[in-house]
Amino acid sequence: MTATPSALKPPPVNTVKLDERSLALRRQIVRTIERGGRGHVGSAFCLVEMLRVLYDDVLRYDATNPRWPERDRFVLSKGHGCLALYVLLAEKGFFPEAELWKFCKPDGMLGGHPEFGKIPGVEASTGSLGHGLSFSVGFALNAKIEGAKHRVFTICSDGESNEGSVWEAALSAAKHRLSNLTVLVDYNKQQSYSTTYEVLDLDPFADKWRAFGWAVEEVDGHDVAALRAAVGRAPFCADKPTAIICHTIKGKGVPFVENNLNWHHKNKVTEDEVKSLLAALEGDR
Amino acid sequence: MRKTSLDAVYELAKRDKRVVFIGSDLGIGTLKQFKAEMPERFFMEGVSEAHLVTMAAGLALEGKVVYINTIATFLTRRCFEQVCLDLSLHHTNVRLIGSGGGVVYAPLGPTHEAIEDIAIFRTLPRMTIVAPCDAEEMKRLMPQTLDWDGPMYIRLGKGGDAVVSRPELGFQIGKALLVRDGTDALIVTTGITLQPALAAAAQLGQKGIQAGVLHMHTVKPFDTEALITQAARVPAILSIEEHTVIGGLGSAVAETLAEANFITPKRFKRIGIPDVFPDKYGSQATLLARYGITAEGAAAEICRLLGR
Repeated sequence: MTATPSALKPPPVNTVKLDERSLALRRQIVRTIERGGRGHVGSAFCLVEMLRVLYDDVLRYDATNPRWPERDRFVLSKGHGCLALYVLLAEKGFFPEAELWKFCKPDGMLGGHPEFGKIPGVEASTGSLGHGLSFSVGFALNAKIEGAKHRVFTICSDGESNEGSVWEAALSAAKHRLSNLTVLVDYNKQQSYSTTYEVLDLDPFADKWRAFGWAVEEVDGHDVAALRAAVGRAPFCADKPTAIICHTIKGKGVPFVENNLNWHHKNKVTEDEVKSLLAALEGDR
Repeated sequence: MRKTSLDAVYELAKRDKRVVFIGSDLGIGTLKQFKAEMPERFFMEGVSEAHLVTMAAGLALEGKVVYINTIATFLTRRCFEQVCLDLSLHHTNVRLIGSGGGVVYAPLGPTHEAIEDIAIFRTLPRMTIVAPCDAEEMKRLMPQTLDWDGPMYIRLGKGGDAVVSRPELGFQIGKALLVRDGTDALIVTTGITLQPALAAAAQLGQKGIQAGVLHMHTVKPFDTEALITQAARVPAILSIEEHTVIGGLGSAVAETLAEANFITPKRFKRIGIPDVFPDKYGSQATLLARYGITAEGAAAEICRLLGR
């Protein structure tokens, strides 16, 4: 038995040029990290396009009434990517921007993983991986029981898919034909230690979801138009849950962060690093 | 006890649309009527306990009251993180009905013996732990579970356990029951150990020792007030449980007694499974006897504590 054949497969080269909105959201993430002094930088950067498409174009919500019963439910199962979520929630008015500046502070409500009950707009506390999809199955199943029209969206990660509970939930969602459930899988091919190919190869990843009874499409996770179109087409099948495998670049947007595992999580971000991050995110201006 | 409990879930579901039942892969025909009459709220989800606990949390966050039944060890050992984070942290109304509390599954060996289930869940904020002593007490418990706030673990006995509870004493989650009064010693019980404790008290009575019996059907929240009140009246206290002596009823009693700082010193002993995995098969009764979790064991310990 030789090593996993795909172990040396390089991450895909990204060709999407980020627009000003994507850059601005990343700059806001950096400013939040600057105040907190720490954070999952790369993990947040690769989620920005998925989250902006969901919050700009897809999810139905009322930021002034976060528990509005008819809202769509969104669960960031990959809780460590929360900085991208916080920035979007603040921008949409779920809480004041000033909360961002208290990230991880004793008097703040925003911690290193999102918490239900503390943060308006957060449906479930995540952080320990492999829980969010099961929560989402529960939410989607309840909607089905009640004949409710709202939908459930979840972002899982590739490293998270090492957890057996993800696949238990995947089986369950297919069993219940939860077409009201859409999962966006952040497939950046990196996890904390190394590539997913080296740590625990997931390929053929899309085929696995298909085999578990899901309708699946693959998309460039930084291509806003492609993402919008794919999520807009969901559910892909009237009696199956939807999985959209989003090919992303960990740390997308800043060359020295991209695919650099030293930036998976930083527990001390220096002033110089903040300057370099912001400079890299200035775009053409 | 299990049948009584699940029948009660069916009755609750009939009158309250919030009630949902989830099983893992239970015996054929389990809650057949529930499934036939309310299929949209009956789920048999397969041997995927971690998922089904979190799925239940999702349903509960949407307003459902979810009853899960499977073997106690799988709910407590395997799903600890899901129970901790998704049920307790989220403050959900999920009731875990654990089959085979203690050494009920003695013939099946250590993988199926829930001897530390109470200890595990006692560490969780917001968790309620109830271990009824017989089917009649279970009947009194179940209606109260519907509107109880937060997650709850219901520990099931073997079934067909001798009925020793008394309806006239009532039942309230979190409130201990003084089942027998006594001034020489106090025996504290949970679950089916009320049975040997009452038998021990009767045996001791014949020797002129008046032992009281305080039944803690609810181990969490622990009725410290009742324990302190009763313990204050006697020189010796004994806890008896079908559980490891670490972290369960005996520990809760010991913690309470230690912090009560009685002026008059008390003598105290825990009866339970010592810090071992049971190494024999046989039956629940033979394993209980092996560790002295019996009327004779309790009576002998009380005599030792009293120097009689």
